Amino acid sequence: MSSVAVETPFRRVAADFAESRLALVGLATLILILIVAIGAPLVSPQNPYNLATLDIMDSKLPPGGQSLDGMTFWLGSDDQGRDMLSAIFYGLRISLGVGTLATVCALAIGLAVGLIAAWFGGWVEAVIMRLVDLQLSFPSILIALVLLASLGQGVDKIVIALITVQWAYYARTVRGAALVERNKEYIEAATCLALPTSRILFKHLLPNVLPPLIVIATVQVAHAIALEATLSFLGLGMPITSPSLGLLIANGFTHLMSGKYWISLYPGIALLITIVSINLVGDQLRDVLNPRLQK
Amino acid sequence: MLVFIIRRMLQSVLALLVMSVLIFVGVFAIGNPIDILINPQADQAEIARATAALGLDQPMWVQYWEFLRHALAGDLGRSFSQNVPAVELIFERMPATVELALCAMLMAIVLGIPLGLVAGMKPNAWYSKTIMAGSIFGFSLPTFWVGLMMIMVFSVFLGWLPSTGRGHTTLLLGIPVSFLNWDGITHLMMPALNLALFKLSLLIRLTRAGTREAMLQDYVKFARAKGLPMRRIVGVHVLKNILIPIVTVIGLEFGSLIAFAIVTETIFAWPGMGKLLIDSINVLDRPVIVAYVLIIVCLFVVINLAVDLLYSLLDPRVRLAEARA
Repeated sequence: MSSVAVETPFRRVAADFAESRLALVGLATLILILIVAIGAPLVSPQNPYNLATLDIMDSKLPPGGQSLDGMTFWLGSDDQGRDMLSAIFYGLRISLGVGTLATVCALAIGLAVGLIAAWFGGWVEAVIMRLVDLQLSFPSILIALVLLASLGQGVDKIVIALITVQWAYYARTVRGAALVERNKEYIEAATCLALPTSRILFKHLLPNVLPPLIVIATVQVAHAIALEATLSFLGLGMPITSPSLGLLIANGFTHLMSGKYWISLYPGIALLITIVSINLVGDQLRDVLNPRLQK
Repeated sequence: MLVFIIRRMLQSVLALLVMSVLIFVGVFAIGNPIDILINPQADQAEIARATAALGLDQPMWVQYWEFLRHALAGDLGRSFSQNVPAVELIFERMPATVELALCAMLMAIVLGIPLGLVAGMKPNAWYSKTIMAGSIFGFSLPTFWVGLMMIMVFSVFLGWLPSTGRGHTTLLLGIPVSFLNWDGITHLMMPALNLALFKLSLLIRLTRAGTREAMLQDYVKFARAKGLPMRRIVGVHVLKNILIPIVTVIGLEFGSLIAFAIVTETIFAWPGMGKLLIDSINVLDRPVIVAYVLIIVCLFVVINLAVDLLYSLLDPRVRLAEARA
């Protein structure tokens, strides 16, 4: 493979993507968020979960307030005397981590199930698609709530709930795409060569149904993050030991009535910026990769 | 048509049965509710007596069979914590949730369809772009956070609107409602708007897309050639043609409004079914959780069925496709 042949489609997509200034801003913001989230221990002014560095005397300071030992809380502090800015960086890390992990797992499961349904057809397909239809007829928040009510709390439980909510969506999309692809000549050729089914499914069919799915998955990460935040806010999501953005907001809710707005406001803005920038990037990717809109 | 209805009904019953098993097994897996209900100083004999009284000592399939037998008779067990029938508890809370959901839907329709029409008529005008940007925010903002910010602005800083409860209720046909007196309306405004935001964005996008397509059709050109005012073309001719998908979505989204009311009710302490569910989950009140979910599932099945039937009545092409299948 020559390097030119590999680079050209990528360059074309990159150039198309750059046409929208808004999408570029979104991408830049998203990269910044990722850097901050991954490098949270390095960029945070304080380790918010090291109890030795916290001082209860610094609690509920407004934005810009000074701690006893001279540190500035740019976004204020919470009821434990924790710097909100640092808490948000660590919270971003947890929210993004959980959202991405759940989306990747759901994508893998949805892909496998969708491919199997499209390839084997018959009663296998009927059972799978009925199940998908049944699940998609209920709102995701309801399914996640009922699941968490029965599973209990924990990071693993919320990831399971987010996977359960998402997989059916991918399975349906993959099946649709795979049904179109399986009638094409390259699949016929592979079948004629008597290649094993698993090889045809995963080496030939999979790469061809994957690109549109990755775009959907980008936007789904934003959905997963928002859902996780909502569940955590309701007290059914993340445990208190891994405070995601949703949990930070919930924690601030109790202080909202006394006018201490910053404990809820800033984590919420961080959540909002994350979701909007992911959506901007995802929307533009979808337009760029959609063959029907190509000039 | 009759075959279609019967087949859809059978599917609905099957869906209900599957859901009832899933829910029962799921809820059964929660920790032992006896630990929460009984006085920690109770001795072994008392615990055993309470367990037997609640039927928690039976094997799981016996419990399920008992549950199903009673459920079909309209009895979904008694609330562990309040000792009243769970169904009664939910029906008591239902009017509050339905009122909230209806108000939210009304807001979304009254604001969303006109805004969508405007944005679809002149897609490049500055106000259309503003409307669309607003709808992107409506999609991206998590409902619960918007609710918090509303409380912060309108209750804490401005002090205009109350942030919790239903306020004063008036009886309408024996059902307590909030929208008939001023105190109730002030309590209703924020939660309803909060719940409406997402559907509002959805309706704006849907109406705009429909309008943009319809504006290119020949009948619009013809109506313009006849010299009809733009207001009449869009308000009568275009609106009639784009209404079918909009009505369908409104029907389908009503169920999800009731589900999303869980979040809004929790924020605004609105005494509806959703808040009851969250409270019940927190004290592991199993019968109430199971009853809530089963009633919601029934509601969804009925709504989906009704929308399907309505759709096939409104659009003959759907009927044809069904007949061929």
